[in-house]
Amino acid sequence: MAKTIVPIGPYHPLQEEPEFFMLTVEGEKVVDVDVRIGYNHRGIEKLSEMKSFDQSTFVIERICGICSTSHPFAYTRAVEDIIPIEVPERAKYIRTIIAEGERIHSHLLWLGLAGHFLGYNTVYMWVWKLREEILDVMEILTGNRNSYAMFKPGGIRRDIKSEDIPVVIKKMDSIVPTLEMLKKAIIDDPVIHARTKGIGIFSKEDAINYCALGPTARASGVARDVRKDSPYGAYDKVEWDMIVTYNGDVFDKLVVRVLEVFESIRIIKNCFLNLPGGEIDANIKDIPPGEGIGIIEAPRGECFHYVRSDGTNRPARHKVRAPTFMNLPTCKATVIGEYISDATIILAAIDPCYCCTERMTVCNNIKRKKIYNGKDLIRLSREKTEILRNKMGVK
Amino acid sequence: MKREEILYNLRKIFKDDVIEVVDRSPKRVYIEIKHESLVKISSYIFKDLKARFNTASGVDMRNHMEILYHFLIEDINLLISLRVKLQKPKLEIDSLVPVFEGANWIEREMHEILGINFKGHPDLKRLLLPDDWPDGVYPLRRDYKEWDKNAIRDRGV
Repeated sequence: MAKTIVPIGPYHPLQEEPEFFMLTVEGEKVVDVDVRIGYNHRGIEKLSEMKSFDQSTFVIERICGICSTSHPFAYTRAVEDIIPIEVPERAKYIRTIIAEGERIHSHLLWLGLAGHFLGYNTVYMWVWKLREEILDVMEILTGNRNSYAMFKPGGIRRDIKSEDIPVVIKKMDSIVPTLEMLKKAIIDDPVIHARTKGIGIFSKEDAINYCALGPTARASGVARDVRKDSPYGAYDKVEWDMIVTYNGDVFDKLVVRVLEVFESIRIIKNCFLNLPGGEIDANIKDIPPGEGIGIIEAPRGECFHYVRSDGTNRPARHKVRAPTFMNLPTCKATVIGEYISDATIILAAIDPCYCCTERMTVCNNIKRKKIYNGKDLIRLSREKTEILRNKMGVK
Repeated sequence: MKREEILYNLRKIFKDDVIEVVDRSPKRVYIEIKHESLVKISSYIFKDLKARFNTASGVDMRNHMEILYHFLIEDINLLISLRVKLQKPKLEIDSLVPVFEGANWIEREMHEILGINFKGHPDLKRLLLPDDWPDGVYPLRRDYKEWDKNAIRDRGV
């Protein structure tokens, strides 16, 4: 049978970010795949060399809208590794809380998108509604729904207020029943079984050979989690379990992520229970010449930062390796031999890093102090629809 | 295997290939090796010590190019970084892709961004840079000069 090339991307309604997958198909079977990235290449490594160590934290935070904690976390740990210095206990716990909050909202985001890719939009709506609750929690804790700006080399920038803690714990408890309901609904759903079980199997040998990371590796039976292997923050001080499944198909990756959300809630609650007092910043003055490595477990897998200092106030070299960089090549092992209709969910199963748009808030300068809330936005959108209607003559 | 045992074995088995071992901290070891022996040491660390390949990072040091290959041994929480120095202008080293697939993309990235040639790499094509990027211009080198006067780039302001 003749071979046909089906391009997906670089700009495609299915994808939130530009990536180019070139699928070679024979009939309905995928026989080869080639990935082209770089449409989003912003030269952050070079940019970071032009900023001071403190400024770089903010640049790094903007690598990804979803992993806006993972990258600064790894970067600050790399800088602390150069000196070397231990951050205060309270800062460790708060860092862990923020990182786990990010994991919950990132996993829920993926779960919603997975439902969307499968054409199962009920899951998408439900899960994203639940994700809003987590974003509210993050707003209470850090002041931002995303891009929290909490990290700095040596500690954290802002403390958590003690009066916020009961509110956050209550909110966390309140989402558990909904999450339980969703877990049952998703894991027992015949449609999701039919679409994901036995699809895109990623074997354990391949996971080791490709050096796959995070849930992609853990779903294939590789017990690999930086939080357990190389503990940082408060992960070795609170109780939690690593989730490992063994089939390596899309369904198992889904299960790993759903169950990890529960573990993250457990970690956050344990952290709040044991939250120590004291300093939140180690007050780093100068960074000596040397090199440091920071590794942390981002929602998608290990995030790796290598920073070299030459004694000035700027990094001489800053290498960033995001987890998707290692996970994306695994599509060669998973998508070949599958049907083209399953290719979308298989390619999405590694959770490639999507950027999410923020809520629109118009904060003005002193002259016009107007902040739009949800109701205002609805009113604005209705007004706009009305204007459009009149223009187009639609009644 | 314990940490000391691993370092002792590495020193013993590859005594002609290892130049220097820097024991930075309980979790970090930097080992400088000869560039010819990269493949055999890496495959020993990856296959026999069951390490995971994190990534590689190339650094332009003006006179020479440095590549660090990072391996994490997960059971004992030890990050081994193999340091290789390549003298300019002959920037060529053996590829690690025949040993494990995980090195594929990072070698493609270093090839286009730092201009290092990897011998034995199956497909050394572009990964991040656009197609109209000129050959022989490497953006992360110290002597990089802006070639496109019309491009809007951050000039360190």
